Amino acid sequence: MTVDRWRRAVPAVVLFASGIALWEAVVQVFDIKAFIVPAPSAIVAALFSEWPDISAAATGTFTSALLGLALGTALGIGAALGAVRWPMAREGAMPLAIAANSTPIIVLAPVANSWFGLLSPWSSIVVVAILVFFPVMINLVRGLLSAEASELELMASYAASERTKLWKLQLPGALPYMFSALKVAAALSLIGAIVKEYFGGSQARLGQYLTLKAGNFQFEEVWAAVLVAAAFGIGLYVLITLAEKRFMGWHVSVRAANV
Amino acid sequence: MSEPAVTLRDASMVFDAAGGEVHALDHISLDISDGEFLSLIGPSGCGKSTMLRLIGDLLVPTGGDVAVRGKPAHQARLDRDYAMVFQAATLLEWRRVAANVELPLEIMGVDTAERERRAAEMLHLVGLDAFAHNYPWQLSGGMQQRVSIARALVFQPSILLMDEPFGALDEMTRERMQMELLRIQEQTGTTIVFVTHSIPEAAFLSDRVAVMSPRPGRLVEVIDIDLPKPRVFETREDPRFFAAVTQVRESLRAIEEAT
Repeated sequence: MTVDRWRRAVPAVVLFASGIALWEAVVQVFDIKAFIVPAPSAIVAALFSEWPDISAAATGTFTSALLGLALGTALGIGAALGAVRWPMAREGAMPLAIAANSTPIIVLAPVANSWFGLLSPWSSIVVVAILVFFPVMINLVRGLLSAEASELELMASYAASERTKLWKLQLPGALPYMFSALKVAAALSLIGAIVKEYFGGSQARLGQYLTLKAGNFQFEEVWAAVLVAAAFGIGLYVLITLAEKRFMGWHVSVRAANV
Repeated sequence: MSEPAVTLRDASMVFDAAGGEVHALDHISLDISDGEFLSLIGPSGCGKSTMLRLIGDLLVPTGGDVAVRGKPAHQARLDRDYAMVFQAATLLEWRRVAANVELPLEIMGVDTAERERRAAEMLHLVGLDAFAHNYPWQLSGGMQQRVSIARALVFQPSILLMDEPFGALDEMTRERMQMELLRIQEQTGTTIVFVTHSIPEAAFLSDRVAVMSPRPGRLVEVIDIDLPKPRVFETREDPRFFAAVTQVRESLRAIEEAT
């Protein structure tokens, strides 16, 4: 099975490697300027020379992203449980939540600086938490309400309490929705944290590093920082996928894809 | 004779629908004896599923009374006197077969050792010992339905309410499941109320067949099935079986001609 898995990874690896090689060749042959796109070799070189600055900036940014993700997810779960428990609250809150989720909340980023102060870590954490909150809440509400009529009747026929119904039926049934929401939320948390930093704050952050280096036409450094952010985003996604496999091996999506 | 297991007295059910009120059940009175196998048959919309849900207290009648062993239906549900089996097996897909069978015991607070013992016993009764550790999706439709019957009987309810349980199965599986159900009833003495669309199925399984007419749902006739017990494979070739089938069919045809 493991051999099989490695073999299935071959096309993606080959495609990736030839993409990079082609990129390098095009930049070299046509002498493309770094401000348009630097060569992969130059990006990697910049990554090594700039590593102390980039890693310090990335640590700060990723900490904000993760804390915001945790806070927004926790609040989203709480709100979803409340919305399912009290239908009146749900009918009021859901249309608003869906509307809010359809707006580009990230435009609030500059405002957050005036809420908490330019250097407060809370301004980033709160922006990320707000971004993450809505998809988590909306998806979880849908998931919790996805139990079928016959499943609910089954629980009623056992005279199961509301709490039992939630734990034994609704929450396990909502897991697929929850994991979809988490994947979206993880990507949003990185976008939120970095874009928020474009508008000021501590210098030792990825968003500030990017704006500074781009302003100085140091595009190898810009791309090196982007590379680090991309690696972190992919790592987060992989972690969530592993958790999904661990807790949701029974589900058709995990069974079928097995990736 | 002992007191009836189920008593319906003038039970009526009116639903509020878009086009006005729908009289799903109109003054139904019926006694179901202890240990009896009673089938409900009738055209779509005759209220047979509704009647099953009134007995199980999944719906509350808008008029009249439903009593189970002299108790109101609601109290009987709280006392876990009934179990439901639906047309779809309604197994929880994240639980293995044994854990699905244990579900009602878990909700009722039975300890682990006792749960495992009784689930194993029930899986043996339905001939699925070998599949205890499989997930529902690894089983055929007929096997899944046997798991759902095992789950229904595991807490020894006095009444089994079955809503077209074999409706989705192929003919061969269906006949085998019918034999199995009768064998299980013989061993457990459970009272069974069985909703079906199939005339031969009703005739083969039942002590009595209640024929219902639609809009409003009424009890037209209760037919005694004059066939020796236990029913065996050859029962289907017995002239008395054909007579019973004919009697039910004619009763249903009279309804069709009247509406």
